[in-house]
Amino acid sequence: MSSLLLTVLIFTAIYSLMAIGQNLITGYGGMLSLCQAGFYAIGAYTTAILSTTYGMNFWMTLPFAVIITAAFGFLIGMPTLRLRGDYLAIATLGFGEIVRNILTNWVSLTNGPMGIRKIPKISIFGYQIGQSNKLVFLVLIWVFVLFAYLLMRHLARSRMGRALAAIREDEIAANSMGINPTKYKVCAFMLGASVAGVAGSFYVAYMGSVMPSTFTFMISVMVLCMVVLGGMGNFAATILGALIIELIDYLPRLLGITNLIPAQFKQVIFGLILVIMMILRPQGILGREKFNYFKKGKTMGGDNNAVRN
Amino acid sequence: MSSVSVFFQHLTNGLTLGGIYALIALGYTMVYGILKFINFAHGDILMVGAYVGMFAFNFLRGDATFGVWTIVAFFLAMIISAAFAAFLGMFIEKVAYKPLRKAARLAPLLSAIGVSFILSNGAAWLWGTQSRKLDYPFANNPINLWGITVTPHQFLILGVSIVMMISLKLFVDKTKLGKAMRATSLDQDTSQLMGINVNMVISLTFAIGSALAAVGGMLIALDYKCYPTLGTMTGLKAFVAAVVGGIGNISGAMLGGILLGILETFGVAMLGIPQGYKDTIAFVILIFVLLLKPEGILGKVEKEKV
Repeated sequence: MSSLLLTVLIFTAIYSLMAIGQNLITGYGGMLSLCQAGFYAIGAYTTAILSTTYGMNFWMTLPFAVIITAAFGFLIGMPTLRLRGDYLAIATLGFGEIVRNILTNWVSLTNGPMGIRKIPKISIFGYQIGQSNKLVFLVLIWVFVLFAYLLMRHLARSRMGRALAAIREDEIAANSMGINPTKYKVCAFMLGASVAGVAGSFYVAYMGSVMPSTFTFMISVMVLCMVVLGGMGNFAATILGALIIELIDYLPRLLGITNLIPAQFKQVIFGLILVIMMILRPQGILGREKFNYFKKGKTMGGDNNAVRN
Repeated sequence: MSSVSVFFQHLTNGLTLGGIYALIALGYTMVYGILKFINFAHGDILMVGAYVGMFAFNFLRGDATFGVWTIVAFFLAMIISAAFAAFLGMFIEKVAYKPLRKAARLAPLLSAIGVSFILSNGAAWLWGTQSRKLDYPFANNPINLWGITVTPHQFLILGVSIVMMISLKLFVDKTKLGKAMRATSLDQDTSQLMGINVNMVISLTFAIGSALAAVGGMLIALDYKCYPTLGTMTGLKAFVAAVVGGIGNISGAMLGGILLGILETFGVAMLGIPQGYKDTIAFVILIFVLLLKPEGILGKVEKEKV
């Protein structure tokens, strides 16, 4: 396989991890979070700092990345998850921007806008895995995607998934049935965050360097696009969404026509995809229509009862 | 400078910045008041408005040096940019939001994010990513007023934003169309039954909001130049202002905008928050407001019903 195609598939895997987390939060939990890029950044910097400053190897940094991103998920989730849909979107968006701002300005920890370089590769029994042997890296990261997929699918079908679905459909009704909305929402948020943290760890181990300017709002939107395009609430569809978006992202390079198509073109395409999908097929390519967030009745205006949902 | 004049100096700077935030926040709050959704593309309309204003100003001004004509040209450019943005806003509403009016809340929000992407990246594509200067319409020599340094440019911003806000307030409170807007925001179906053309009112809301954003965009471009992502951070902060003031409430947006401008200026100048963290202030304020008084300063509490 060509090296570029391998790169595309590796990034598909990295984004799939983030999108799987987003799907748990948005697809199952019905919470519109826009800070996967923030968690991705926290995971990435955790691995970067621990492996360069403290000399840990990748596998030792990974649990830290999971725990730290989950902790941030808790920290941001606890207060903000009481907010209704669009307020939550803005609060989480703000959080993502704060993360990037801190990473840029806390020079003593993160080396500021210059970023961190010379991050060690992943090693298994002394065997180095990085950009030089993409195929091995590809297999390794897809194993993690598969693991995350199975774990999340299992969770979604368990008591937790049913509770989340109930909360999404009607929080007050769910609450009166004895489901604790805050507990399940925060849980989902932490899990979704920590998967994005893992994606960040793999990203830095693959790239070997990290800069704060990578983790823009754009990434959060791309991840959301993947979930929406594939189909909300369906983890396999999410991975399909990630593949499609990554293929679009790399299409000019795959076809060797980067000089014909400017970099902004693909982002205009993402925008168009979002708008067109919302109008023509809001449930996504593989989505089912049963989900509440796209059902008629809960309208944008007029009805005050709908406002809180 | 005495500490009193330092205080008033920062207050003036904060008011100027706040005036711009307020103008932009009005667009968010008006659309939210009527459609109950966040128009994510508002910030990018602001950016397009700034570009159009800059092109119009450069074209009208020609090679003229500072004088009466440059000032006239600046205001003409402002009108052109506002008109363009108004049509753009209406067009976007028709194409991207209207088909989703009966859909659930997530759909128009995502559609708006999509529009925002199209606008900001389309602008980068068309006009390049390098920033372009929007010239002052007059010499920007600072004036010393009782120990406070004020630039003519600050007068321009304050003057334009105050005039805009007062006219909007009068329009919404005193005219028949304004009454229709208020009615539509209370209850769309009943307004329709009362003979209000709801579609027209919604178009009008987008037109006014976008025009105000374009004016705000031009004012902010005087300081920060025009670049394709100009609207992203400015738009977000203006949204924060709208939420702080109480979203859906026009006076609230004005109050929130001015408050945010002042807090940002004071935070950096007097509380010693490093310049690099300036953008963080708004979001920290947002999260605190959402936690302590989610309906905002002037917002009304909506009871949650099953």
